[in-house]
Amino acid sequence: MRAFRELLRRGDPAVWLAGSGLGASLLMIGGMITLILVNGLGFFWPRSVGEFTLEDGSVVMGEVVARERIPAPGTPDHLKKARLQLKLGNRDLTGVDFRWIDDDEIARTAYPADAVYLERREYGPFIGRPVSLVSGDRTIASGADAVLEALPALVAKAAADRDGIRKLEQRDIGGVNYRMEQVRLRSRALDLEAARRPGADLAAARAAIDQELAALKAQYALFEGRLARTIEDASRVQLTVRTAGGEEKALSTLDVFRAYPANRLTTSGRASVYASRLWEFLSGDPRESNTEGGVFPAIFGTVMMVLLMSLVAVPFGVLAALYLREYARQGPLVRLVRIAVNNLAGVPSIVFGVFGLGFFVYSVGGTIDRLFYPELLPTPTFGTGGILWASLTLGLLTVPVVIVAAEEALSAVPRSMREASLATGATKFQTILRVVLPAAAPGILTGLILAMARGAGEVAPLMITGVVKLAPDLPLDGLFPFLHLERKFMHLGFHIYDVGFQSPNVEAAKPMVYATAVLLLVIVVLLNLTAIVVRNRLRKRYQTSAFS
Amino acid sequence: MMAATAFAPGAALRISTAGVTFAPPPTAAAGPPAIVVAGASLWYGANQALYDITMDIPDKQVTAFIGPSGCGKSTLLRCFNRMNDLIDHVRVSGRILVQGRDINAAGTDVIDVRRRVGMVFQKSNPLPKSIYENVVYGLRIAGIKDKATLDAACERSLRGAALWDEVKDRLHTSGLSLSGGQQQRLCIARAIAIEPEIILMDEPCSALDPIATLKIEELIYDLKARYTIVIVTHNLQQAARVSDRTAFFWLGKLVEYGGTAGLFTNPEQKHTEDYITGRFG
Repeated sequence: MRAFRELLRRGDPAVWLAGSGLGASLLMIGGMITLILVNGLGFFWPRSVGEFTLEDGSVVMGEVVARERIPAPGTPDHLKKARLQLKLGNRDLTGVDFRWIDDDEIARTAYPADAVYLERREYGPFIGRPVSLVSGDRTIASGADAVLEALPALVAKAAADRDGIRKLEQRDIGGVNYRMEQVRLRSRALDLEAARRPGADLAAARAAIDQELAALKAQYALFEGRLARTIEDASRVQLTVRTAGGEEKALSTLDVFRAYPANRLTTSGRASVYASRLWEFLSGDPRESNTEGGVFPAIFGTVMMVLLMSLVAVPFGVLAALYLREYARQGPLVRLVRIAVNNLAGVPSIVFGVFGLGFFVYSVGGTIDRLFYPELLPTPTFGTGGILWASLTLGLLTVPVVIVAAEEALSAVPRSMREASLATGATKFQTILRVVLPAAAPGILTGLILAMARGAGEVAPLMITGVVKLAPDLPLDGLFPFLHLERKFMHLGFHIYDVGFQSPNVEAAKPMVYATAVLLLVIVVLLNLTAIVVRNRLRKRYQTSAFS
Repeated sequence: MMAATAFAPGAALRISTAGVTFAPPPTAAAGPPAIVVAGASLWYGANQALYDITMDIPDKQVTAFIGPSGCGKSTLLRCFNRMNDLIDHVRVSGRILVQGRDINAAGTDVIDVRRRVGMVFQKSNPLPKSIYENVVYGLRIAGIKDKATLDAACERSLRGAALWDEVKDRLHTSGLSLSGGQQQRLCIARAIAIEPEIILMDEPCSALDPIATLKIEELIYDLKARYTIVIVTHNLQQAARVSDRTAFFWLGKLVEYGGTAGLFTNPEQKHTEDYITGRFG
């Protein structure tokens, strides 16, 4: 008992308690990050494809995704036997692309060298054996080995063809569409003008518009013809493949994104497939209702939204903090404002979202539409969710964080520095501008870091102010005025929610959720690291004392 | 503790009492006083910190304020360039005239007052900028952009603060890289760069070692040819060494004010005598 008292007095149990608290927190965070990393980064690794002959004589082929003990509570077999989860692919033929098989059912397992794993445009992957390659009437290759040899070149050509088609669609046809839309808007503006000023002579303007429209239509037809020819050319080669069950399927090589002989790959071959998948994930557009392909639009949208949000939140937050800390007479009112600001940071984000929808989207956006885009109505331009409104809403959400941090930073600037400036005849404003703000900059950047971390992770308010499942047009592109703040955008956080919980094929989407979560973590860390590096450089520069 | 004989430029008249060497006697007071304090009282909220202070501070001389901590000497000093404005709930009554102008009068340009009355603080407070930028800070905020003017002012001020030879090769390194004593001289250079008429020093040596203190004291001696200097100090020897006149404050009141030699050797008030002989304070 006395020894225990002595222990208490020295504070050893407190150290243990504190240490275990930290340990538990680290364990939870570390566990979560490990889980996400393992599942997210393992997703891209090409696995072997097994061919399983079952007791009933049927044959299935697929990747082993998981293996678990079969729970059978109450029986002696509880957790004794195991089963496999197979990714079968071939959703177009069988309707299911995942299947659980008990170990007991399997009569024989083989890893055939001619098994091929195809990633294609529709219906998820195909797993089976190649049969032949046919171009028109001419057979290019037949038999698994010959086809596997000829396939990589054709797949590479398909990728180039797809790029060409995409360029035609987006740049050429998209450009014509854009100009046609502009002309249509001018014509609509003329209609409005005619209604406003009856009797005005607008015939000449109308004729010019009609002429322009005719020229654009001709151009459109030209591009469309070229597109059709290109697609026809590119899809001439047909690849025939056969499932383990013996069904055959023919598909155009244009629709094949990646093909590899799963059981013949060396480790370096697997690594290169891994790298190519990872690159597609980072730089490509989504396919198959977001469960395949890349997330580039979502990365772009997330980063751009966070940057826009910072552009809004930081200046306003710093100005507000400056007033509160430097100019306002400290008293009950300022204390009240400070408490209110702190509490604002705790308001549920969906509340901000609803406010953003009501105020920014409907009120401000609707007014902008009426004033500046009357010819587009009733189609809304700014009167609907968009990246600008989402960023403003998040800016509103994070501004309290910036205010609090900036106020702390301002109050940490030593009085001696302010006095040094004032005593040389500087005004208060000059002192703030030349001495206080630079010295407070590192602390303000800390606020920015906190705000970015919070903003990048928010999803709820975005869902009602401008995030969508699929937005192929980025908010920044080559068409005037280049920055399209009214456009809807994709966001990694929403992507996780959408793919994970709104997808028709949850099992196929699961790895995508992990991979996207990893990516979101990496992006938040990168954004923060940038701000931290800048902060540390500033700190070195504006160190307040040589001794501190 | 400084060596008693450390400061003796030329054939100075020395009146030694209790190990103190006095500065040479003041040259005949020239012209009107630099600062006139007439019945000044000051309150921090409800607490009165200064009681009806009346004194004249002569031009181009060094005046020392001494007294125990909390006696109001720094408060009075900060009245002369209105630095007390920075503190909430400060109220001043009576009149303080700097070169004949009442600096507390309505419509007074505080910036102009601070331009004419420079200040050096207890803790050296260089701005987190280069040495050069520290010195020309006051000029820059006054809107001077001409490089040649700034360069000239920088050199002149650093020479004036006896720092030029030590830093002339590294003007663009941080002012915070200097030693404590150099930093304090940098602050003096910054104060004299804007050509004030009066320099207020609030315990400028309290954080410095004896060698650095000696340098600052030599500097004060040089500076008084061109500037009126008011210095607050806790170091009685320092007051005796550098000042021409000394004022002793106690509990917010001016107890005794007169020539330094007279005040230290033959104080009129019992309080003063007790303080300078170390019987209290």
